[in-house]
Amino acid sequence: MDFTKEMKKDYTIIAPDIFPTHMELIAELFRSYGYNLVVAHYEGKAVIDTGLKYLHNDVCYPAICTVGQQLYALTCGDYDPHRTALIQFQTGGGCRASNYIFLLRKALHNMGMDYVPVISLSFGGLEKYSGFKITPMMFATGLRILTYGDMLMLLKNQCLPYEVNPGDTERLVKKWIRDLTEQFRRHRGLTASAMKKNLAAIAKDFHGIPRRMCKATKVGIVGEIYVKYSSFGNNGLEKFLLSQGCEYMVPGVLGFFQYCVANVEKNYEYYGGSSWLRRGGRFAENLTVKWEDWLIEAIKPYPEFTAPVAFDEVKRLADQVIDRGVKMGEGWLLPGEAAGMIEKGYTNIVCAQPFGCLPNHIVGKGTVRRLRELYPDANIFPIDYDAGASKVNQENRIKLMLAMAGEN
Amino acid sequence: MKHLGIDIGSTTIKYVLMDEGGNILASDYRRHLSRVREILEEIVRSLGEDLEGEELRVAISGSAGMGFAEKLGLPFVQEVYAEKLAVEKLCPGTDAVIELGGEDAKILFLSGGFEMRMNGTCAGGTGAFIDQMATLLQVTPDQMNELASRHETIYPIASRCGVFAKSDVQPLLNQGARHEDVAAGILYAVVNQTIGGLAQGRRITGSVLYLGGPLHFLSELRRSFDDVLGVKGTCPENSLYFVAIGSVLAGVGAATDSDGLLELIRGFKGSSEYGSARPLFKNTKEYEAFKERHAEASKGIRELREPQGTMFLGVDAGSTTVKAVLCDGEGNVFRPFYTRNNGNPVDAIKKYLSALYREFPNVKIAGSAVTGYGEQIIRAAFGIDWGIVETVAHFTAARRFRPDVDFILDIGGQDIKCFRIKGGLIDSLFLNEACSSGCGSFLQAFAQTLGLTTEQFSRMGLFAPAPVDLGSRCTVFMNSSVKQAQKDGTSIEDIAAGLSISVVKNALYKVIRCGDPSRLGKSIVVQGGTFLNDCVLRAFEQEIGHEVVRSGYAGIMGAYGCALYAAQKAAGDGSGNAADGAENSAGESPRRSSLITREELLDFVHESRTVTCKGCPNACRLTINTFSGGKKYIAGNRCSKPLRAESGGEQYNLYEYKRELLAAYRRNEIDPSRRTIGIPMGLNFYDLLPFWHRFFTELGFNVLVSPDSNRALYRRGQHTIPSDTACYPAKLMHGHLDWLLEHKPDAVFYPDMSYNIEEGMGIDHYNCPVVAYYPQVLKMNVKELGGSVFIDDFMSLADPKQFGSRIAAVMDKYFGHFDARQIRAAVKAAYKEYHSYREEIRRKGREFIALAREQGRQVMVLCGRPYHLDPEVSHGIDRLMCDLGTVVVTEDALSGQTERFKTGVRNQWTYHARMYSAAKYIAENDPDKRLHLVQLVSFGCGVDAITTDEVREILESAGRDYTQIKIDEISNMGAVNIRLRSLLAMLEGR
Repeated sequence: MDFTKEMKKDYTIIAPDIFPTHMELIAELFRSYGYNLVVAHYEGKAVIDTGLKYLHNDVCYPAICTVGQQLYALTCGDYDPHRTALIQFQTGGGCRASNYIFLLRKALHNMGMDYVPVISLSFGGLEKYSGFKITPMMFATGLRILTYGDMLMLLKNQCLPYEVNPGDTERLVKKWIRDLTEQFRRHRGLTASAMKKNLAAIAKDFHGIPRRMCKATKVGIVGEIYVKYSSFGNNGLEKFLLSQGCEYMVPGVLGFFQYCVANVEKNYEYYGGSSWLRRGGRFAENLTVKWEDWLIEAIKPYPEFTAPVAFDEVKRLADQVIDRGVKMGEGWLLPGEAAGMIEKGYTNIVCAQPFGCLPNHIVGKGTVRRLRELYPDANIFPIDYDAGASKVNQENRIKLMLAMAGEN
Repeated sequence: MKHLGIDIGSTTIKYVLMDEGGNILASDYRRHLSRVREILEEIVRSLGEDLEGEELRVAISGSAGMGFAEKLGLPFVQEVYAEKLAVEKLCPGTDAVIELGGEDAKILFLSGGFEMRMNGTCAGGTGAFIDQMATLLQVTPDQMNELASRHETIYPIASRCGVFAKSDVQPLLNQGARHEDVAAGILYAVVNQTIGGLAQGRRITGSVLYLGGPLHFLSELRRSFDDVLGVKGTCPENSLYFVAIGSVLAGVGAATDSDGLLELIRGFKGSSEYGSARPLFKNTKEYEAFKERHAEASKGIRELREPQGTMFLGVDAGSTTVKAVLCDGEGNVFRPFYTRNNGNPVDAIKKYLSALYREFPNVKIAGSAVTGYGEQIIRAAFGIDWGIVETVAHFTAARRFRPDVDFILDIGGQDIKCFRIKGGLIDSLFLNEACSSGCGSFLQAFAQTLGLTTEQFSRMGLFAPAPVDLGSRCTVFMNSSVKQAQKDGTSIEDIAAGLSISVVKNALYKVIRCGDPSRLGKSIVVQGGTFLNDCVLRAFEQEIGHEVVRSGYAGIMGAYGCALYAAQKAAGDGSGNAADGAENSAGESPRRSSLITREELLDFVHESRTVTCKGCPNACRLTINTFSGGKKYIAGNRCSKPLRAESGGEQYNLYEYKRELLAAYRRNEIDPSRRTIGIPMGLNFYDLLPFWHRFFTELGFNVLVSPDSNRALYRRGQHTIPSDTACYPAKLMHGHLDWLLEHKPDAVFYPDMSYNIEEGMGIDHYNCPVVAYYPQVLKMNVKELGGSVFIDDFMSLADPKQFGSRIAAVMDKYFGHFDARQIRAAVKAAYKEYHSYREEIRRKGREFIALAREQGRQVMVLCGRPYHLDPEVSHGIDRLMCDLGTVVVTEDALSGQTERFKTGVRNQWTYHARMYSAAKYIAENDPDKRLHLVQLVSFGCGVDAITTDEVREILESAGRDYTQIKIDEISNMGAVNIRLRSLLAMLEGR
């Protein structure tokens, strides 16, 4: 079902809630281009049940969650299904995740709702629609917005465990999301100078949050891109870590994009192909590295904050663990980020992965041994998430990790 | 001041009371049956005198202790950590610890880099598993231990998880395997599961400590670990209490006294974090109406007091139970019988018949039929006239209740079977895979642990106010959810109802895979012992949104169907037996029943012994049953070889043919003057071996290919597997690599391949992540690779030209310079070799199909991955198909012979594109509907969650059948056999 120009006017486009901190900013971007995009924040058993009912139960848990959210949105009465479209984010590539869009369509078909248009949004532009177009400009803007999201997420994570007045951090995150969306609405905030200015202001604001002195256990979260970020997907992992007195770092979303474009280079090396594409990849990578630099620069004045691992460093560290030709799912990015965070002092690593995730056999569980050889003090725990897995088992394993952390 | 350490495990509570000098003053362990609060209270009370007035430091540990500690406001010490502290204190110098608990298994490596491992979600339930298996054998765990000590042979039993193991044990028992050997097999399964799941690349050596309940109580389990690990482990004093002791040693205990503690415990209130569903029944009135409605269903059938006229016997020898019944010519029922088979169906039926003959010496039985797992042994033992496939039996019975039935769902103890009926014939069927099995008997076993009968348990759920959500993945997951819910204080009522809903959801969404349950059928009959549970029946009706029919004999429908079948046959229904998948000893309807007579039964003897079949490399463990009169029944075989049976003439098996073709590249003729390339024979080498073999021989290398996989090969690599949930074909690679390293080739060649051959059927040509990158896993996890040359460079064969320059660079890197022309020639020859191999498969496929048409045989398109050729992976399913008289061809014989077409999924993997293409070929090019696709799915293959639905859709949209068989380390061939025979029965019926 095509998404037509007419639909653009009065259809609501429902997106799954994949990156909690970033999604509002992204939604605002779409709204500023005339698409009425909303994020399906639904959680709970009913959502999972909807997913299980319409999808093959052995499919990955992120599909159950995200497709579940969208189908639930369609059926719960909050939206008119005849005035609603769905959007899924796709990466393409050899992992089964590239099939979510098809699973969603099949589910709609089984529900007798073939009339609901499904939009596939991907870095590579997998499909074409008459009424939905991502212009290069819009795309580039989106990436800049991810940089902002990463900044907010990073500083939020480094303030939450230490805030003297509970709620300070969340309030500040909300304030900045408001400010930024307001800027975007006026097509501001996206030039180089504006970004630098905003990033510096954000850092300064977070620096202003009163902090108490306490020693938190430092935890790095890596894993499959959905369960890594989504608290719905990972049973409130961050909340649990906070309650256990941890400070956690989750690598930025922009890193995943950088990983995708860096793979273009490797593809060229291993499989040949167009040198134009390769140049394009390099260009894009350099661009994002620049934004990353600004972000790191903005943090520098404040010693209480740990800057994220620069992408070049992630690549270098990944090379020690695995060949960077491994490009399905999170590929080499996962061990690269894990190593990066360990080097930054986040020696306890939770590797959040959906139960039965194929790339994670390789890049998750498969790399633990090598990582431990490189970093004998690191504490790496793969945790499986699934509709049937019990939260207590997951938390118990994290407790074990934290007990170990106390030893070192 | 005293210290109290409490270890709340999943099934037991252990505690130690210690003084400040670290001496143990008191300790005990008790099963808590989920009444954690009550038991704790009792414990503290019983300690009362010891504690009087003294300051007490309390800490809680244990897998179930976390939530408890939190709510009581007491410090929690993670149990593995606690154990480590205790081991370091009490047993210094320990290298490794193996601890098995009720739910979890753990390994601690203490020396040479500290590491702790806990089992993943999919391998839970260690102790619970041992308990369940003991129940299955009708003994206590101690008795099982004793049995195991007297074993003669060890049956290989799936070690992935309890559900899988049970699927293996049931048929073994039904085949008459010695319980001693089965018991030993069960303990070895625990050992293999623990090592396979947790060692993850580290060898367990040196001074090993065994902790936890199962290892404490079961000496044979310790011996089995010793045996497999090649160590002499010890089970120290107080081995049950290490966790409790460690929680004291952690030194975090909260200060209180016994009264304060009691008060805390009394004030404990559970709070459930689990979601809940609507109640099954609002009130008794609703329930009464429901009961009345279902009683209606069996109105037309009388239950006789004594035999009247000629009677017919039906027997259903199921996986956990045996059912038998007699009926008269009208289908009225006499002496329905239902019992657990206690691992010996022969004995149960012998008792039934003996009692029958004793009480009614003049009973006249004119015909008899049997179905179920134990069909063949029962037939052999008692001379039953017909053996029929379960689907036929169930359908025959269901039709007696609802002549217009269009959908039948049968949930038994072990299996779930569903079939659609169209035009009076079975049209399609769904059988559960290993993962969903055992749902019915899980309810039963769970009731038992609570000391309730199944009936009592089911009654408890009827009016539960808020049935709890326990998930529907499998019984291992459900079991741990139940334990959790109980600790959260959920009532038994809500659990009983919740479990019923889980079982129903498992059937609907995992087995049948129906998107919209309201469209299952108009006239639905449900049966099977599990549906005797009103909660399950109600949950099913609620879930699908309309009423269904349950017969009054839901638990014995298979047997009843057999009896009806025998009656029909004896009444002169002269149609061919094959149409019902029936096997008839006489070849046609007998005049007189061949059933064992009263006199013969008096002298009945049954003996069994075990031998290893030497017919082929599968080396099946055969159980040979001998009955009075020298009649024999052999079980455990994966093919007909040991039976020496003539099975329908010449066999056409493309799987076998492909193996023969590949054998030409596996001669391992080594010329010592040349360098040798080692190839691990698994995954994509099953497709690409001709290519690589030719390529390297052209360049003057020897090629050394690892042998066929088997269990022993698997075991030798098992300890280096990092992710236990990966598919079996991938995990086998560790064994192949280990074999190669032993044979020291100059280099092991196993390239990473993101991309596969481009065959033009899809929009891309990827490999799945596991096939693509498994070399990386080996490199990162197999320590022994360190000193060898391992060529795992990335390359793609999609573009010959690009490959040529890439491989030239790779060869250069490892072997020095090769002449460019030489490389070019080798590349060219390799592609040629590969394409002619593939063409030969297609040619042979056409030939086989033509032969099948000529001879009027059915063709099974055994559809999977190239590596399913490995007999250890496909477990001889291809041979079984041939034994059933069908012709076997492969997906790659049919693929690429249709136009490129649009699929409903992203068609981006080469091997999977072949399956879609083969399905399409069948949909379009099979006018006489002779080709039948059977898809082999490896457990853990995430990609197949997508392909199975798509392959099915391609076929079903053309009105063709789809069958799926899931395989893993071990496959339950009994179930596969039933599935294939049902399929054939269905086809013949049309």
